[in-house]
Amino acid sequence: MTTSAGKVSNVALSVGLATGVYGISFGALSVTAGFDIWQTIALSVLMFSGGSQFAFVAVGLADLTTAATSAWLVGVRNGFYALSLAPILETKGVRKILAAQLTIDESAAVSTSRETLAEQRKGFWLTGISVFVFWNLATVMGAFLGQQIGDPETFGLDAAAAAALFALVWPRIQKSAGAIIAGTAIVTSVLFSLVLPSGPPVLIGAFIAVVVGFLLNRGKGE
Amino acid sequence: MNSWFAILAASTAVFSWKYFGHLVPRRFLDSKFLQKLAGFLTIALLAGLVGVQTFVGTNSKTSAPEVVFDARFAALILAAILLKLRAPFIVIVIAAAATAALLRLAF
Repeated sequence: MTTSAGKVSNVALSVGLATGVYGISFGALSVTAGFDIWQTIALSVLMFSGGSQFAFVAVGLADLTTAATSAWLVGVRNGFYALSLAPILETKGVRKILAAQLTIDESAAVSTSRETLAEQRKGFWLTGISVFVFWNLATVMGAFLGQQIGDPETFGLDAAAAAALFALVWPRIQKSAGAIIAGTAIVTSVLFSLVLPSGPPVLIGAFIAVVVGFLLNRGKGE
Repeated sequence: MNSWFAILAASTAVFSWKYFGHLVPRRFLDSKFLQKLAGFLTIALLAGLVGVQTFVGTNSKTSAPEVVFDARFAALILAAILLKLRAPFIVIVIAAAATAALLRLAF
C-alpha cells in the first residue's frame, strides 16, 4: 500500500537519489543566499536535516540569530523520530552518535514503513547512509551550479523539494485521521506563515494539528 | 553574529534534538500517548512543511508573504496522481521539478 514496498536496499538507494535532487536545490539556494561553498557543505554535513537547512538559508545572513533559532525549532521533529527509533536500533556509544546524526525524515520514514525488526534496522542505516552520501554530493554540485544558475526556481527545484516531502508523508495520510491531521497542519502552517517569520509557523501549525489528532482519537482506543 | 559561529551553533542545536531523543529511557516509549504524539507530530510537521513550501509565496511589490497557487501547486497535484499510481519516488520528484520548470517557462 505504500511506495516504499520492495527490497529495503533499493528503497534506501532511491530515497537517497531523490533527496539528492533536493540537495542540489539546497546547495544552490544556500550559495544564492550568500553563504560560501564551504559553509554550504558544513551545513549539509553537520546540520544534516533538510528542513532545518532550508530554514537557515531562507532567513540567511540578514539575521543569523533568527536563522539559527528557526533551524533549531524546525529540527525538533528529529527528536521525536529518535524517540521511536531508539528501541528499534538499541545503539551505544559512538554508534549512538552516528545514529543520532542520521536520524532524519527519510531514515525514520523508511524504517517505520518496514514490518520486521531486522528490516527496520536495515532500513534506518541504509537510508541514513544513502541520504547522507547523496545529500552531501548533491550539495557540492548544487553549490557550484548555484554560482551559474542564479535562480533555482528556473529548474523547479523548489517544487521538487515539496514533492519529495509530500511523497514521504503520503503513506501516513491514507487513513482519514492522518489525512485530517495533515490537512490541518497545511492550512494552519500556511496561515501563520503570513504573519510570522519562517520556522515557527510550521511548529505552531503542527501543534494545532496534533491537538486535532488527539481529539479525533479520543475514545477510540486503537 | 559571525556566520561560521551561527552555522556551528545551529548545527549543534539541531543535533541535540536527535541525540536527546536517542537517550530518553525506554520506559517512556511504552507510553501509548508518546507513541501517538510522535506519530501525529511526524505527519503534522511534514505536511506543514509541504504546505509552506507549496503555497507560501512573496508578493512581488511589497515582498510580504502571501498565499499563492502557482507552478508548485500544479507540481504537487501531479505528485499526488503519481503517488496514487504508485510511481517510484525518484520519478515523482523529477516529474514535479519538470512540471514547475516547464510551467514557469510557458508563463
